[in-house]
Amino acid sequence: MFNLRRHLSFLLLGALGLIVLPYFISSRFYIDVLTLIFFTAYLGQSWNILGGYAGQFSFGGVMFFGTGAYVSSILLTTFGFPPIFGIFLAILGGAFLGLIVGYMSFRSGLKGSYFALITLAFAELLRVLANSVEFTGGGVGLFLTYAPGLSNLQFETPVGFYYFALVLMFISIVIVYWLEGSRFGAQLVAIRENEDAAEALGIDTLRCKIYAIMIMGAMGGAAGTFYSQKYLYLDPPIAYSIHLSVEMLLVTIVGGMGTIFGPLVGAFVLHSVNEVARHFIDTPGLSLIVYGLILIIIIGYLPNGLIGAFKKKGKKSGSSSLDKKRSREDS
Amino acid sequence: MISASLSMLPAAIINGFMYGAIYALVALGLTLIYGVLHIINFAHGAMLMLALYAAFFLFDLFNIDPYFSILIVTPCAFIFGYLIYRYGIGSLAKGKDQNILLITLGLSIIIENGALFFFSGDQQTVNLTYGFDAFDLGFMYLSYPKVISFFAALLMCATLWAAMSLTDLGRAIRAVAKERQGARLVGINVEHIFAVTFGIGIACLGAAGCMMLPIFYVDPYTGNMFVLVAFTIVVLGGMGSVVGALVGGFIIGITESVGGLLLGESLGQIGISLIFILILIFRPTGLFGSKV
Repeated sequence: MFNLRRHLSFLLLGALGLIVLPYFISSRFYIDVLTLIFFTAYLGQSWNILGGYAGQFSFGGVMFFGTGAYVSSILLTTFGFPPIFGIFLAILGGAFLGLIVGYMSFRSGLKGSYFALITLAFAELLRVLANSVEFTGGGVGLFLTYAPGLSNLQFETPVGFYYFALVLMFISIVIVYWLEGSRFGAQLVAIRENEDAAEALGIDTLRCKIYAIMIMGAMGGAAGTFYSQKYLYLDPPIAYSIHLSVEMLLVTIVGGMGTIFGPLVGAFVLHSVNEVARHFIDTPGLSLIVYGLILIIIIGYLPNGLIGAFKKKGKKSGSSSLDKKRSREDS
Repeated sequence: MISASLSMLPAAIINGFMYGAIYALVALGLTLIYGVLHIINFAHGAMLMLALYAAFFLFDLFNIDPYFSILIVTPCAFIFGYLIYRYGIGSLAKGKDQNILLITLGLSIIIENGALFFFSGDQQTVNLTYGFDAFDLGFMYLSYPKVISFFAALLMCATLWAAMSLTDLGRAIRAVAKERQGARLVGINVEHIFAVTFGIGIACLGAAGCMMLPIFYVDPYTGNMFVLVAFTIVVLGGMGSVVGALVGGFIIGITESVGGLLLGESLGQIGISLIFILILIFRPTGLFGSKV
């Protein structure tokens, strides 16, 4: 387990560094890239709770994001409901969706690839629904008006959104830190390592897994509000894009599953690689080829993610024992 | 409105059968790979797209009919699949399922964007001399390509089923699928069988690509459209079941075309994901699957 006391000064220094960083960066571009890194790390962290700690891989994590985005945006455009309160309803909406999806799939005992696939299908179902009904704006999408102000969670400068994303990411780290020390977190890890044994020990595995997906859903909901207030536009392919689902699992796995800083490290590395590749090679497609290659190399040679690679005494870390246990759940 | 829809129902069902056979072919490769290797091949859609491009360029550059290209593309796809598993996926993943999943994901990113880079994002189609000829069934017209693809797909399924049931290779593949360790103990080269299975799965895609080209367009993102459809068929039919893939393909093809007719273009797509969720919740072994 991660020892906070030992690293506290280092962590505070890092946090302080991120807080004052915008005063040293004048380029809008770098602020935007960092904002996106925090945003992805935050989503990755939400995936990490269910995937990394509880061992339940989801391929449709985007559904919570999209639903949260629609909740706060529709409340804003239809009723003029301010997003600063709307974000809490988005969180509730995401958690509620998590409850439904979690109950339906865990109740019927789905695990491994089957669970991954059903989340993919739920995301697709919601995309088709959002495309077909009136109140989401259908395929045309929703346009939000730009009116900077805290009540709208919109800001005049990119730095405002930088701090918004930074706060979200800090919160996610605090949640996962709490998880690591809590009884609930230990129960999730027990489920990941051996679900039958956990059940035999008296852990209510169904309830734990549903709580975990609800936390993931709640976090995803808030991310949706962030996105729609920053980019001011929402349509079904954006709200329920499979690419975002993939990205949140990617940053977590590349960084290190079941670790506090895995998603942040993964998001930072993958985004940096992407930006550097795009900078040097400005032909459509080519930068992403490099991105895919690096992904394969990391998976092939750093099986425990980047965090695992730097931790020599890997036996105690969560991610390495995970790899030994995980496999063949579906065989 | 409703009566107009109902009068078009037989046509929609027949169309569903035509598309269903082709979907089945895409799903066939996936179900085989899943049944034996227990992995989700995320690059399945991207590889289908490559096969479509291969058939397209054979037609565009050498004027080879897509149906004839089956004989060229299918073996090439097999070799491609074999090599990419043996020297790429298999050796990099070191036997961990989760790694295989991510490596195929990375592969799909590379293939998709490679296609974007080399072939541009434009949609490509072929114009066959017989592309607009059609059978007149009295209540509908059925284009030649659809009919040819339908029967070619059936033939492919039958061939694969026979190969899996009757040949030594098929037996070895089924042995590895059921019990890896046991298969190794009786002298089967498991790594080789894995790669062969992956190759056959991709070969199915090669054939599917050739049969789809006269009916669909191709661009670097074409494959994505078929990924969820193929997964649904695989789950519906039962992971690893050839017959299941065919039946599942028909069900999905008909659901899609009848759903589109009754619910409209947009909401009609809902049938596929709905079936997928319901089958996973109520019968995760699928219609023809034996075990979870």
